[in-house]
Amino acid sequence: MKVLVPVKRVLDYNVKPRVKADGTGVDLANVKMSMNPFDEIAVEEAIRLKDRAGVTEIVVVSIGEQKSQETLRTALAMGADRAILVVSESKVEPLGVAKILAKIVEEEKPDLVILGKQAIDDDNNQTGQMLAGLLNWGQGTFASKVEIADGKAVVTREVDGGSETESLTLPAIITTDLRLNEPRYASLPNIMKAKSKPMASKTPADFGVDVTPRLTTLKVVEPAKRTAGIKVADVDALVGKLKEMGVTK
Amino acid sequence: MKTLVWVEHDGKTVKDATLSAVTAAGQIGEVHLLVAGHGVDAVAAEAAKIAGVGKVHVADDAAYDHALAENVAPLVVALMADHDAFVAPATTTAKNIAPRVAAMLDVMQISEILSVESADTFTRPIYAGNAIATVQSSDAKKVITVRGTAFAKAATEGGAGTIEAVASTGDAGLSTFAGAEIAKSERPELTSAKIIVSGGRALASSEQFHALIDPLADKLGAGVGASRAAVDAGYAPNDYQVGQTGKIVAPEVYVAVGISGAIQHLAGMKDSKVIVAINKDEDAPIFQVADIGLVGDLFKIVPELTSKL
Repeated sequence: MKVLVPVKRVLDYNVKPRVKADGTGVDLANVKMSMNPFDEIAVEEAIRLKDRAGVTEIVVVSIGEQKSQETLRTALAMGADRAILVVSESKVEPLGVAKILAKIVEEEKPDLVILGKQAIDDDNNQTGQMLAGLLNWGQGTFASKVEIADGKAVVTREVDGGSETESLTLPAIITTDLRLNEPRYASLPNIMKAKSKPMASKTPADFGVDVTPRLTTLKVVEPAKRTAGIKVADVDALVGKLKEMGVTK
Repeated sequence: MKTLVWVEHDGKTVKDATLSAVTAAGQIGEVHLLVAGHGVDAVAAEAAKIAGVGKVHVADDAAYDHALAENVAPLVVALMADHDAFVAPATTTAKNIAPRVAAMLDVMQISEILSVESADTFTRPIYAGNAIATVQSSDAKKVITVRGTAFAKAATEGGAGTIEAVASTGDAGLSTFAGAEIAKSERPELTSAKIIVSGGRALASSEQFHALIDPLADKLGAGVGASRAAVDAGYAPNDYQVGQTGKIVAPEVYVAVGISGAIQHLAGMKDSKVIVAINKDEDAPIFQVADIGLVGDLFKIVPELTSKL
C-alpha cells in the first residue's frame, strides 16, 4: 500500500506573528519556519501504518517556495521514502494545491492520502476536503484514530459534540487532528540519511494547473487590542467585581 | 444574490450556529435554507420560522442521516445551480462539507468569516486570530463558512419560509456511518454559553478538574471548557477544548483557571467580553488579556470562590 502525505512550510507555531506596517500581510522575513504541526502528525501516522497496515511506500509532497525542501527533508528524516517538491514562488491557495495534488495522485496512484486538518498560517481547513471532492473519494476529516483493514479505512473523527466513526472505501482521504498521535523527532543519523533520499522538483505548470489566486487579500490588520485589566488582591475582591458586572447576585 | 444556508441540526431541532449563519447570509442576499437529513419535518418547520428566511429546501433521505460529506456535497452542488452563495456555520459538520462543495464548483472557499464587507468582500482571521485579513473573491459563486461568535443570532420566530422538498442525489457509496460517542452534558453548550469556566494543566488530575471546575461552573450556570494541555493529559474530554484547534467561544464572561494563555488557546477565547484569570504565575500571558486577574493558588482560590458566590 502506498501513502501520499502533503506537508506545508509555515511560521513556527511558537512564534507570535507580526502584521506588516503596510498592511500587506504577516512579516515572514527572518522568522523561524517549521513543518505545519498537523502535517507532522500526518507523516507520523503514515510511518506507523507501515507497521500496522502494510504500507510499503510513503511519498511526501510540498508546494511552495524553494525552501519548502527543508520541510520535505524533515519528513524524509522522520521516515518517509521519497519527496516531490512543487516550486511556486507565488502563494498557492487550497484550491490550487488540491488540483496539483489531484494530478500527483493520478500519477502516483496512492491508496491513501493523509493531510493535516488545517495549516496554522491561513487556518483554512479546506485542502483535504477539496482533494476528496476533486477525486470523488471518501474523506475522513479531523481523524483521532485510523484503522485500515479489508480495503477500508475506519476513521474515528473529532466532531463538535464528541466523536464519530466512519468507514471509507479505499482509496480515501484522511485529515489529521491533534490527538491522532505524537510525532517522533528525527534522529541525527536519520537526518543524515534523509539527505540522500530522492526528491523530485516540479512546477505547477508541469501538471497543467492554473494556480492564479481566486481571492485577493486587500489588507491585513492586527486584531483590536484588549484594554489592560486589573489585578485583584483576594477572592472577596473578585466576588465583588463579579457582582458589579452582574454575573452573580 | 440568492444564498443557500446549511441548517445545522441534530435531527430534532435547529442548532444555534445556523442562526448566526442566517444573519451573515442576510447581509449578502436573499436567504434560502437547506435542511438535509432523514425524518426532518420538525427541523424544517422550525427552520421556516427563522426571521428573514425565504424558501426552505428539504432533502429527506437515509443517505443524509449523518450528514456524510460524500452524500451531502452533490446535493448542495445541485442546488447551487439556482444560488449564488453557499453559507454554512463553521461547525465540524459544515467544515467537513463546504470545501468539498467548493472544489466541485471550482471555487475557493472563504473560511470562518468575521464580517461581510460587501457581496464579494469579507474579513477572516488568520494565524490563530493574530491577524485579520480582508479578502475579495473573484469567483462567480461563493462558498463561505461563518464564525458563529462574530454574528448576532437571527430570531427564531417571525419568519414565514415556504417548505419545498428537493430530490435526493442518493448515496455516493464511498462512506458509511459506523457510530458516534456524543458526550452528554447538562450544562450549557460551550459555543452558546453566556459564562464559561475553563481549566488548564494546573488542575493536575481529572479528579481535581471535576472537583474544582464543575462546582464553580454549576454555581455560575456556566459551560465548562479546557485548554489543550488539560485535554491531552486526560483531565477533560476533547470536545471541551477551547482554542485554534478546538472551539471558538465568545461568552460574556470567560474564567480561565490554571491556564497560562498560549496563543493557540487565546485564539479560541480572546473575543470574550470579560476575561477573568486565576493563575499562580503572575507573568503568565493570560494576564495580558484578562480584565480581572487574581494571582494565587487555584486549589485554595477556586473552592473559596465557589463558596462565596
